[in-house]
Amino acid sequence: MVRLCSLSEAVAENVRDGDTVAMEGFTHLIPYAAGHEVIRQGRRDLYLVRMTPDIIYDQLIGAGCARGMKFSWGGNPGVGSLHRFRDAVENHWPRPLEIEEHSHAAMANAYEAGAANLPFAMLRGYIGADLPKVNPNIRTVTCPFTGEVLAAVPAIRPDVSIIHAQRADRKGNVLIEGITGVQKEAVLAARRSIVTVEEIVDELNPPSPNSTVLPSWAVTAVVHVPGGAFPSYAHGYYPRSNAFYIAWDRIARERETFKAWIRENVLDASPADFARHAANKPVKAA
Amino acid sequence: MSTDFTPTEMMTIAAARALTNDDVCFVGIGAPSAACNVARLTHAPDITLIYESGTVGTKPDVLPLSIGDGELCDTALFTVPVPEMFRYWLQGGRITTGFLGGAQIDKFANLNTTVVGPYDKPKVRLPGGGGAPEIASNCGRIFITMALSNRGFVEKLPFTTSMGHGEGGDHRERLGMKTKGPTRVVTDLCIFEPDAVTRELTVVSIHKGVTREQIQENCGWTVKFAAFVEDTPVPSETELRVLRDINARTKKAHEAA
Repeated sequence: MVRLCSLSEAVAENVRDGDTVAMEGFTHLIPYAAGHEVIRQGRRDLYLVRMTPDIIYDQLIGAGCARGMKFSWGGNPGVGSLHRFRDAVENHWPRPLEIEEHSHAAMANAYEAGAANLPFAMLRGYIGADLPKVNPNIRTVTCPFTGEVLAAVPAIRPDVSIIHAQRADRKGNVLIEGITGVQKEAVLAARRSIVTVEEIVDELNPPSPNSTVLPSWAVTAVVHVPGGAFPSYAHGYYPRSNAFYIAWDRIARERETFKAWIRENVLDASPADFARHAANKPVKAA
Repeated sequence: MSTDFTPTEMMTIAAARALTNDDVCFVGIGAPSAACNVARLTHAPDITLIYESGTVGTKPDVLPLSIGDGELCDTALFTVPVPEMFRYWLQGGRITTGFLGGAQIDKFANLNTTVVGPYDKPKVRLPGGGGAPEIASNCGRIFITMALSNRGFVEKLPFTTSMGHGEGGDHRERLGMKTKGPTRVVTDLCIFEPDAVTRELTVVSIHKGVTREQIQENCGWTVKFAAFVEDTPVPSETELRVLRDINARTKKAHEAA
């Protein structure tokens, strides 16, 4: 049954050293506050899973929390490299990072297979591409009806998935709107899940019977963390801070500036510090 | 007609012209996104632009910095989950055109966005493929836009992230692909199209003020020129105005947040 609790309790109870952890959100609703809490609690040896590692995993990797990562696109979107990720892969700093690399289509299919309780996903993919030569987890399966050979990848089954959403009701039912990415699949594929939300409301009132709702009985912990997706965005609440994404390039480029930033903004900070970002109302472009 | 334009502006506008009003286009971030939106704001107002974040029929007023900016969802006809995007819409064969960029390309329009150097001990670790491997195989045809340079246009790719024409000739058909693959590569100096038989990229159009020597100097393989090479029409005033306006709006929006 879902538990409404603090972020430190949710992470302490659900994220363990060595776990396979998926923090999802496709540009939108990235659970930064939860990622910071994992760093603050000093989790180690995590195997990180995420389609677009983005700044959130640059922070976890640079902070030494990760032993490995499964991903499909590891950059700072529209800006350039993830310098902490590159430093780990190219120079093994602060520790070596084992990587398992896929395409977006394969990762999305693998989450869906996990949610569907299937052992693997298949797709018409990777044709003529080199990734199957370097990733032994990209294999093939032959259609028993037509004989077509298709790509196969293992289902993603995280120990814990962490997402951010717009709101939950007091029973712990969760509503997600806008670009929903693979968040629903990530939660349903995982043994445990943490959902941070912008708001806790009396009535969820989903705007349509087809809204994306995760029922309380499919979620492990719900935590109220307004602003918790900053510098990504929460549709209807606050916009993406493109300026921060651009600034991150300079912060993360050198180990010392990165460590100083983590000290000031993660280790010496708290989830409540995210609330000020929730005050930035979305502005429609003129 | 205007004569005052930069090579990058010429590239974006020439790339935009490749698109038609009937296209359903899967848009890569960066240069492809600029080209697709210039097309939408000039000669192809009804083009359907799709970004891999799941936004379908989107009409952004400013160019997204990332593939999933809120602007894309706000202005979309509808937004689907990412698994649905790749399974039903892309793999389902609903997308006529994929528009990609890349870090490196070879003469058969294969792309690398993964690593420079050996995969296990990379000299430069690039972001990776993202949606490109399946965009390249599942869209009806592929357009590519990248600035011409020796670093980018190389004789041999260290890694094939997404297949263009493979080793050339009928390589795609031999692998069972029914889609056309790359049909046009638009650079800041010229436009390439694959030869009908060998599939090697061949210069078919040269931008104003550019020489054949310049093209060769900036390309890592021996460039072939078509029997008849066109002069790329210079940007019209409307094309330039639309491009500069959207770039200005974008710069303002990205610096504001």
